[in-house]
Amino acid sequence: MENNRFELNKNLAQMLKGGVIMDVTTPEQAKIAEAAGACAVMALERIPADIRAAGGVSRMSDPKMIKGIQNAVSIPVMAKCRIGHFAEAQILQAIEIDYIDESEVLSPADDKYHIDKTAFDVPFVCGAKDLGEALRRINEGAAMIRTKGEPGTGDVVQAVRHMRMMQSEIRRIGSMSEDELFDAAKELQVPYDLVKYVHENKKLPVVNFAAGGVATPADAALMMQLGAEGVFVGSGIFKSGNPEKRAAAIVKAVTNFTDAKLLAELSEDLGEAMVGINEQEIELLMAERGK
Amino acid sequence: MRIGVLALQGAFIEHEKMLAALGAEPFEIRQEKDIDKAFDGLIVPGGESTVQGKLLHELNLFNRIRDLILSGLPVFGTCAGLILLARELENDKQTHLATMDITAVRNAYGRQLGSFYTVEKFRDIGEIPMTFIRAPYISSVHNDTEILALVDGKIVAARQGNQLVTAFHPELSDDTSVHRYFLDIVKNTL
Repeated sequence: MENNRFELNKNLAQMLKGGVIMDVTTPEQAKIAEAAGACAVMALERIPADIRAAGGVSRMSDPKMIKGIQNAVSIPVMAKCRIGHFAEAQILQAIEIDYIDESEVLSPADDKYHIDKTAFDVPFVCGAKDLGEALRRINEGAAMIRTKGEPGTGDVVQAVRHMRMMQSEIRRIGSMSEDELFDAAKELQVPYDLVKYVHENKKLPVVNFAAGGVATPADAALMMQLGAEGVFVGSGIFKSGNPEKRAAAIVKAVTNFTDAKLLAELSEDLGEAMVGINEQEIELLMAERGK
Repeated sequence: MRIGVLALQGAFIEHEKMLAALGAEPFEIRQEKDIDKAFDGLIVPGGESTVQGKLLHELNLFNRIRDLILSGLPVFGTCAGLILLARELENDKQTHLATMDITAVRNAYGRQLGSFYTVEKFRDIGEIPMTFIRAPYISSVHNDTEILALVDGKIVAARQGNQLVTAFHPELSDDTSVHRYFLDIVKNTL
């Protein structure tokens, strides 16, 4: 085995498992997140709820702002680029970001092609609604997958839908006979080898986190019980009444996600949760970007 | 052999699989009641040391686990686990279990672009694959701590009594030799 960047990048995602990755917009927030037990932070100028409220085109964050956050914490720092915007990704690689999120939260730069992530040395995480999307992103070089959910809503329904969809499709592939896999590959629009991997291992070839709409310790525990290997929390923390306490509670909920008694204690006195918007009230479905 | 794997955050499942393949009996430690029943060895896995260190305290595991290690329970720390066991950290005032006489450097190879794979000699084992992910290294060892492996002149594995640490991740390869080495330490205490 040579110095294989894809392997090393998948390995970093393995180290993040069982953890919470938090959206932060300033070095101060990054420090709060790290102190609360975040296993990584996502540096961005505006959290998804504010992107939603502000409207307009939303782009990669100012590298200076990202560097400020890199200097503030010792945990891995991630940042988002637009779908298909490989020049933004090149810039993020140049400032030695630990992980790039090719994200539907930002306005897509390309409505047909995602970034060829195999051309990069730094790892990418990508969103997916179902198994086909996940395997297409992995084929393009993504070293980690997250459900898309619906970012900036505080409504977990779509993250649940995407995680359930992914898990049920993995079970379906897992129970197929070998000669059915060729057709499954055609149907999912992905290479046969990836389908075969899922068939044999009953899981994705990379780590799979939940994201999009997680706002409470109970939401995090729900996603973990549905099979997530960790959780991204975006707007849910710094749009709430007591970010420090809520962040720490979500971290503990992810570690002990089946202990209902502990979850009850963690859910006490967290202050105001983010208000959120219901699925029916959403004008812009970010999860429909990039398939 | 019952081996507890600290399962607060990080790559603990990889260790459990390797232990099970070697015939040991792994179990996860997520909260206090998990360590009520006696066990023979402990693995502190890779992940983020800041997260694991904080959760050790908040889940009331810190003192009990530290006392067990100080009273001779065999322990094996990989990457973040090495940081948790180190008595001193060059670039961080915050130490954690601090049971082993080593001085370590966090994120010593820089960010993810500095992560690498190599094959190097491990004392008493021979050449083994080594995967370093945002890894630390040991800048110096003290008292009776022995050096077990070097990469480019930096200490990447060490042992003091029943405490074993590696800056790399043996659990990410198919090579089980370091885990067997640890289980031999455990066997000698039984």
